[in-house]
Amino acid sequence: MTEAKDLQSELIAFRIGSQEFCVDIMSVREIRGWTPATPLPRSPGYMKGVINLRGTVLPIIDLGARFGLTTSEPTARHVIMVAHVGGRMVGLLVDAVSDILQMSEASVQPTPDVASDQVKTFVKGIFSIDGRMISLIELDYILPQVEAEAA
Amino acid sequence: MDAFEAIKVTFFQECDELLADLEAKLMLLEQGQTDLETINAVFRAVHSVKGGAGAFGLEALVRFAHVFETLMDELRAGRKPCDTVTIKTLLRASDVLADHIQAAQGLIPQVDEGRSAALVVELEMLTHGGEAPPVVEDEDDDFGFMPMAFDMPLDEPAATTPETPAVGWRVVFKPLGRMYANANETGLLLRELGRLGPITVALDDGEVDPLDALSVEDGCLTWTIDLDAAVDEAAVREVFDFVESDCELTITPLGANMGGASDMSTTFEDEPAAILPASDDLDIAALLAKAGGAVVETPSEAIPFAVFEPEPAPVVAPPPVAAAAPTPAPAAAAPASAPVAPAPVTIRVDLDRVDRLINVVGELVIQQAMLSQRVLESGLARSSGIALGLEDLELLTREIQDSVMAIRAQPVKSVFQRMPRLVREVADMVSKQVRLVTVGEDTEVDKTVVERLAEPITHMLRNAIDHGLEKPDERIAAGKSAEGTVRLAALHRSGRIVIEISDDGRGINRERVKKIAIDKGLIAADAPLTDEQIDNLIFAPGFSTAAVVSDISGRGVGMDVVKRSIQALGGRISISSVPGKGSTFTLSLPLTLAVLDGMVVAAAEQTLIAPLPAIVESLTPQAADLHFVGGVDPVIRFRERFLPLIDVALIMGFRERPMNPTDGVAVVVETESGQQAALLFDAIQGQRQVVIKSLETNYQQVEGVAAATILGDGRVALILDVDVIVTDMRRKSIRPDFKLAS
Repeated sequence: MTEAKDLQSELIAFRIGSQEFCVDIMSVREIRGWTPATPLPRSPGYMKGVINLRGTVLPIIDLGARFGLTTSEPTARHVIMVAHVGGRMVGLLVDAVSDILQMSEASVQPTPDVASDQVKTFVKGIFSIDGRMISLIELDYILPQVEAEAA
Repeated sequence: MDAFEAIKVTFFQECDELLADLEAKLMLLEQGQTDLETINAVFRAVHSVKGGAGAFGLEALVRFAHVFETLMDELRAGRKPCDTVTIKTLLRASDVLADHIQAAQGLIPQVDEGRSAALVVELEMLTHGGEAPPVVEDEDDDFGFMPMAFDMPLDEPAATTPETPAVGWRVVFKPLGRMYANANETGLLLRELGRLGPITVALDDGEVDPLDALSVEDGCLTWTIDLDAAVDEAAVREVFDFVESDCELTITPLGANMGGASDMSTTFEDEPAAILPASDDLDIAALLAKAGGAVVETPSEAIPFAVFEPEPAPVVAPPPVAAAAPTPAPAAAAPASAPVAPAPVTIRVDLDRVDRLINVVGELVIQQAMLSQRVLESGLARSSGIALGLEDLELLTREIQDSVMAIRAQPVKSVFQRMPRLVREVADMVSKQVRLVTVGEDTEVDKTVVERLAEPITHMLRNAIDHGLEKPDERIAAGKSAEGTVRLAALHRSGRIVIEISDDGRGINRERVKKIAIDKGLIAADAPLTDEQIDNLIFAPGFSTAAVVSDISGRGVGMDVVKRSIQALGGRISISSVPGKGSTFTLSLPLTLAVLDGMVVAAAEQTLIAPLPAIVESLTPQAADLHFVGGVDPVIRFRERFLPLIDVALIMGFRERPMNPTDGVAVVVETESGQQAALLFDAIQGQRQVVIKSLETNYQQVEGVAAATILGDGRVALILDVDVIVTDMRRKSIRPDFKLAS
């Protein structure tokens, strides 16, 4: 691992299907296993419902579905990343957490034009580590109403 | 928020308390308890408001408070009688004072200047009583003459002082013990005085007891300060503004009865011990040093302006001695001084912190229950150490929860205290004589509920005075006393708080109510109604009985609004009335808004909570009672009426096709607007109190869901918003595909 310098940030990398993504580690509060969620009526399909996180009602977003990727029914092997998004706490359902990375701002490349609009909304940029392509996620547009405001 | 603003916030919080205290004490006066203690308490409250307001430069508030205070001072000195007229004026003055404070806070745009000015005149009339301005009666009277010229002209106090300022002033200043206890320092006052002009200070320590008899908490030093400057007396007095009541202070003009500032020193020598002699027995500091105590820094060092006469003995301010020099002698003398009466010690805590604590404790309770469940499931013997320990933990957890809820519990006093003013104003407006009796002010209820009690109570009190009570002449004709009584009571009853508002007025005129209801088309002309049903018509939307729409209560909104706001809090309201004797409104509310009584129901494998206050009845649908309007929309017959039958799981999207109603349970609910419907669930699982958790904290509002809660098994259950489900959701078809909202 490289030494932390000014422009470097620590990222947490995770997998959805065969793809790798990452978010700033500072926005992730904790990582926990999947527990069945209480579904919310009339919500978008990516809203898996709410769970009890030590007294807080935590909405769970299926990140794969949010990105428009295919997703399977969650199992005990799935992982919830509890993240801070714009003053709120949300749980992000992903397949697995894979790594903690250090990355400098300079190594981020802009998202190539080939990506779909839906992906581009959330992907800030991509970079490569050991030949793997990892997409850097912007969490701000994850919750539905934030998205409505931005539109 | 910077530090200054923070202090200001604290000041306004204190003002609220002071006002409450003021009101309470004035009520005592009104009831005839005109003893000195009560009058003093009123004076202190006004004085404290004035003092704080001065520090924040709230000019208008200071001016008004000052006039108020001046009159109180006259009253407590016994120079003016504390009669009914005065007390009525004081009550109104306290209302205006409250307005001034609110205006200073920015809560109301501005004070009614006309009213304020009129009261100032009224207060001053009472203060002077039409006589010549009061003169100083004796030297003990430190409040002998208030500088009235200071506060009368509302804009430029100094310019209009009538008399020519004296060439100088002699100030004899004797701090009392409590001045030190309030952390005021003589040195600072002297320095302030020094800013007005050259001063000569002399200390008289003649009253200082020998060390073995010294009571360190008493004030025994007297300063005589000669100020050689032609300033207003008001300016001199202002220096002592905050300590006025904690010291003996006389201010006499120099030159009038003395030769003037020039021969001051010779004047001094005529006064025994005005200038400190270096006699051994008075050299406190030296004695203290001998006794092993530390010599305290002398205030004189802080007065660079002072022209000190030869003064070998350092001045020792008594309180610092107590703090810094715990010598045996003062300690032995200490019991001689009167101990301060113990007051309940309180702290101010940000409500957010308490709420956070309550949340965490709520979670602790759930975790503890889950842990117990797990231990039980693991097959450990009930007598095992772990199981026993868990039982203790459970008891402790419960105790913590109770204690924490008690922190947020508040007496309803804070709401009740606002009501006397309202009653006065409304009574004045409708020219009725009203006496308000409050009972059970100490009844405690969760803060969230207390805050929301004010509005319905206000509304109902207005209603009771405006509609319930008769005019004085009508009352006398009916053989009652001219003064009507309105009773406001709070009590706890079966886990709820009950507020009763009763009047001894005319009661509900049922004939008239019925006629109005028929005229307005609220009921059929031939509807057979019981007395109780007629009484409750006043809660019907759009019903207003006042013949003239008055300023007070008939604003088109009426008791239906009160009823709805009560229901929104999970409460109920009812009325009972005896013609000619009066009416009683009873409203009952949950003790807290943090928990809710709910019915736990199952709908397509989901557990939901239906709020109990909305539920009328539950029943098992019989095939014979079921009908389909237009062959599609199911209705159920309930007491000879057809109610829409709503399959909750279906409209919530928990299942794809409707269930067979006869397999489930129908729960008849009533919305806040009185609409009834039947909700269809799979089963009823029971009843329980649930802790309300907002969905909006981390997500957003969800249609048909009022909030969420956490069940004993740790899972989240949704609390249904019955109103939305009944009125809105069933009309809308489910959107076919929500999957990709973007």
